[in-house]
Amino acid sequence: MAIGLEHYLIVAAILFTLGVAGIILNRKNVIVILMSIELILLSVNLNLVAFSAKLHDLTGQVFALFILTVAAAEAAIGLAILVTYFRNRGTIAVEDINMMKG
Amino acid sequence: MTLATFFFYLFSIAMIASAVMVISARNPVHSVLFLILAFFNAAGLFLLTGAEFLAMILVVVYVGAVAVLFLFVVMMLDVDFTQLKQGFLQYLPVGALVGLIVLVELVAVVGAWTVAPEAALATPTPGHLSNTAALGMVLYTQYVYLFEAAGFVLLVAMIGAIVLTLHHRPNVRRQNIAAQNARTRASAIENKKVPSRAGV
Repeated sequence: MAIGLEHYLIVAAILFTLGVAGIILNRKNVIVILMSIELILLSVNLNLVAFSAKLHDLTGQVFALFILTVAAAEAAIGLAILVTYFRNRGTIAVEDINMMKG
Repeated sequence: MTLATFFFYLFSIAMIASAVMVISARNPVHSVLFLILAFFNAAGLFLLTGAEFLAMILVVVYVGAVAVLFLFVVMMLDVDFTQLKQGFLQYLPVGALVGLIVLVELVAVVGAWTVAPEAALATPTPGHLSNTAALGMVLYTQYVYLFEAAGFVLLVAMIGAIVLTLHHRPNVRRQNIAAQNARTRASAIENKKVPSRAGV
């Protein structure tokens, strides 16, 4: 059985689901939430690359590259906010992050 | 079963298993290490589809930079992680339910998609170039503004991270290079005429 586009899409769908479930399961831990977001972005990249290979169109790979850029920036900023928050409050539990009453 | 099929299943199963471990590991350091494993296997999947440049970028950027950043932060912060893990079983039904719904919807979409016949290829892959060269040909011509924008995003992220984490401590004596360079002979040296046998 040859590996087609559907196989990649299903693997990416499972990965996306795991990312979403990880955000809900680890509601108290910001670091694991950030890692779950990375998993979600990775699954989106997998979809784009699979379609790019199937359609013989480079646009998918170009956009996967841009998503990689944004994911790296997001991780850097998120972790910087986390470090600043921990320095000020001494905790990173999500339920304690309510200073703005949002 | 061809070799490509075997490696597809190997990489997929390893990636999904390590993703499960990322969200369920007790220790966040283990989570980060499993995240690295998931990225490696995703890079393998990228290689199987022919996107070699993205696979290498994934290893370099994610494993080399982002995962190490996560590792630094996890190890630097002195957090009681067992206390953060407490709600896991409480949220398990909700998480499983939402995950199941998302998965069913995604599988329904995967089972029923078609490509519109009028969809045109924006940038067809040139056959005679390698993947990296073809990507470069497209990236620096057709998507050059987006490329610049991506660089700008990275610049903003870098400045933002520095501004957020830069910690100015008061009462620290620092070297003032401008003041040092502005010293002249007149301001630095004072000539005194010392009388003989009298002292200064």
